Parts: sequence; C-alpha cells; structure tokens
Amino acid sequence: MAKNILLEVDNLKVELGGEKIIENLTFKAKEGETLVILGPNGAGKTVLLRTLLGLIPYQGKIQWRPGIKIGYVPQRLPLIKGIPLSVEEFFKLKNSSKKETLELLDSVGIRVVNVLKRGIGDFSSGQFQRMLIAWGLVSKPQVLLFDEPMAGIDIGGEETIYNLLEKLKKERNLTILLVTHDLSVVYQKATNVLCLNKKILCYGPPRKILTPQNLSQLFGGGIKFYQHKDDRSIYT
Amino acid sequence: MIDQFILSLITGIFIGGVSGFLGSLMLQKRMALVAGPLGHLALPGIVLALLYGFNVSLGAFPFIILGIVLIWLFELRTKLPMEVLTAVVFASGVAISFLFLPIEQAETALIGDISKVDFRDAIISAILALLIFLIIIKIFPKMTLINISEDLAKVEGINVKKYNLIYLGCIAIVVALGVKLVGGLLTAALVAIPAATARNLSRSIKEYSFLSMFLGIISVILGIFIFKFSLLPPGPMIILASAFFFLISLIFKRS
Repeated sequence: MAKNILLEVDNLKVELGGEKIIENLTFKAKEGETLVILGPNGAGKTVLLRTLLGLIPYQGKIQWRPGIKIGYVPQRLPLIKGIPLSVEEFFKLKNSSKKETLELLDSVGIRVVNVLKRGIGDFSSGQFQRMLIAWGLVSKPQVLLFDEPMAGIDIGGEETIYNLLEKLKKERNLTILLVTHDLSVVYQKATNVLCLNKKILCYGPPRKILTPQNLSQLFGGGIKFYQHKDDRSIYT
Repeated sequence: MIDQFILSLITGIFIGGVSGFLGSLMLQKRMALVAGPLGHLALPGIVLALLYGFNVSLGAFPFIILGIVLIWLFELRTKLPMEVLTAVVFASGVAISFLFLPIEQAETALIGDISKVDFRDAIISAILALLIFLIIIKIFPKMTLINISEDLAKVEGINVKKYNLIYLGCIAIVVALGVKLVGGLLTAALVAIPAATARNLSRSIKEYSFLSMFLGIISVILGIFIFKFSLLPPGPMIILASAFFFLISLIFKRS
C-alpha cells in the first residue's frame, strides 16, 4: 500500500438476499481528500459505506491503512428519540470526556448554556446533525464517513453543514468519504467523485468526469446540470 | 424467626427494583412487552412447580428460556411482526397451563403470591436481583448504544451478539423472579410500567433508569402494605400502585 493511500478497494462485490447490490468496484482514497460517492437513491451508496465499515459481508478486497481510526456519521438515528439521553451521556457512550465533548460541540458551532445537561431531544434536526458530526469526531479519527449529511436539513442549514465539514477537515487533517445523491455540492467540495449505480459508472475529479453523458447515465435521462464558472456557492 | 410480612416485603423490594431497572433498558427498544409473552409462557412451568411443590421461579425459568429461543428464532426466520409472535406465545402458554392447572392454585399462577415466601427463597431472590442489577449497570451504556444503532455499536467494536445474549439472560431471570411476585399475567407490567413512568419524567438516562428502579420499589412497598391492611391480593395491588404512579407522571410529563 502506497504511503499516502488510506483505503484501497479492489473488485468489491456485495450481495444482500441474493441480489447484487455492488459489482466490481475498484477505487482508492488518498490522505486528505474528499471522496464523494454520488448516485441516485437505491444505487448502493449506503451499502458501500456499511461494507467499508465492516458491517456487511463482501467479496473482493477492502484494505484500510493499518491502525486507522474511522469516524462514522450515520444518516439518521430514528430510535434515539425514544431514549431520554443527555448530551453528556450521548458522548459518554463513546467514552468522550466532558472536556472533549465541549471542545467538539464548540467546533461544530453548538454553543448553548449548560449544553451537557440538556436532553438530545431538545435540539432541532439541524443542530442534531451537527451534534452527530461532533460525535463522529470523538477520539480523533483520521477518516470520517458521512452518510447523506444533508438529509432532513433545510437548504440554509445544508450550506453550513458543508462549510463546517470543510473547516473541520482543515483543522483536523481529515480524509472524508461522503455519500450523497445531491449533485450541487460535488463541484465545490469533492477531490474525487465515484459515480455509483450498483457498479462504478465514473471515477475521478468532478470537473473531468461529470460530463452530461455520465450524469444522464447515472441518474437517467433528462438531468441538466450547469457547472458554475466561479467557485462560489450556488446558494449565495 | 423473621416476620413473614418482612420477608415478603424484602423479597418484593428486590424483585420490584431490579424489574424496574431492567425495564428502563427494555423500553429503550420497545421491548418491555416481551416480558408479557415470556410471563405467559412461564405459566406451564409455574403450574408444574405448584403441583410438585417446588419454587415457582425455578419452574418458570426453563420455559422462559424456551420463550426467548422462540423469539430469537422468530426474529431470525420470519418477517412476521412482533404482535403475531406475542399472540401465538401468549395463547399457547396460557392454554397449555390450563390443561392441568388445579383451579384452587390458579390465582397463585396467574397473579403471583409473595405472601408465603420463605427465608431461603427471600435470600435467593435478593442475591439474584442484586447480581442482575450489577450486570445491568455494567452492560447499560453498551446496550444503549446497541439500542440506538447496531451499526454504530459494531463500528465501536462492541460484540453485539454477546451483549444481546447477556441481556436476554437478564430478562429470563428477572421474569422468573417476577412471576413469583405478580404471576404470569402481570410480569410484563412489573417491567414496563415503572420504566414508562420514569421516561415521562426524565431527561437523562441516569435519572430514567434509577427513577424506574425506585418506582418499582415504591410500588411493591405500597402494594404489599395495601395487602396487609386490606387482604386484597398483593400482585395486582403492586401493579395498580405502579399504574397509579404512571397516571400521576402524565401530569408532570416533559413535552
């Protein structure tokens, strides 16, 4: 494994219940990059993340750099609402100290009086998403896996979540693997894009590979996407 | 010789406390009512114990284990909703037990009888309850993470199967203890109601689980005292006391 490579995936196949979910997938993740896994709903994106985390049996090769620490931010945690859990207790599930928890919450922009004693049900979905990111960063992972970080957040919030990710990435020297079906963030944030629809459809830097042909193959016909000439956010 | 009333009270406090504590963990994943079918499935075992004169909990235990294996297999092999399983197991347990349940013993089997517990039973119940309490404290954080998301738990390196097994073992023992106190019919309530009350009032896991245990204990004390002064059966009185606290909690419920 080359020195700057964090993850090597070679000829990966995943089957669930007799159905092929992922076929012949090969890619690498380099240190410090933001790899966006792009594809329509049902393309196997979440399955890919879960496979990379070792949660699903697979064929082929998945090799992480030995000893690497991985943080995982799931799409949502529907069951958590039924449990009266304080912020402090939520972070303690990952053995985070009070000090670490406060630092992490601060770095994702949650600055509320007496935050540790609050119930996690008291936060809005946008704040909870931030909290999940902070939670994923407990014990300083080198790589962070995100499943649809914008799901359930309004557009104003989305923009800040991505800016937040970029800020955290710089501060903490992170490599990020991000799953999404949303094209709009890819151009600004991705180092490489992996277009997935059961098998790999394209893979490379976004400006090179996100051609109209590739996109219409990925999402089906009729999609128009205009590349922005400048790098400013499409939301500003 | 220790007073019979004191023995009943002590046994009840230990069983009620550990049931409430475990209930707070079970309710996290809406599993509290699993104690229902288990309690019912325990009935044939309770009947055997009553017929042959050995400890009710001892008779119940193998049947509860059978119930847990059944639940586990159902979950693994079918996609049937839990209600279906509950209905099947409920009915079968009750039906089988009534095939040979002597009618004069029916009350003890169905709603328990803590009033005649002897010294040895009391000691064994207390020790088991204490042991389970310590085990639950130990597994609580990891089980909570598993209840929130098995994926996250696995990513954290938690052996989910192992913890689930310990957890189910705790449920089996607590249900076996519970049938002695409130019988096969009411054990689910012994586990579920204090937890539901505590959830209405808590905003942290610590508050939640200890309040649930405390409510389990208070309900038992109240129920057994009502029994002493009115001679109404203790099992149902314990559950009614518990339900009473639940109603009160609705007034103070956190939004």
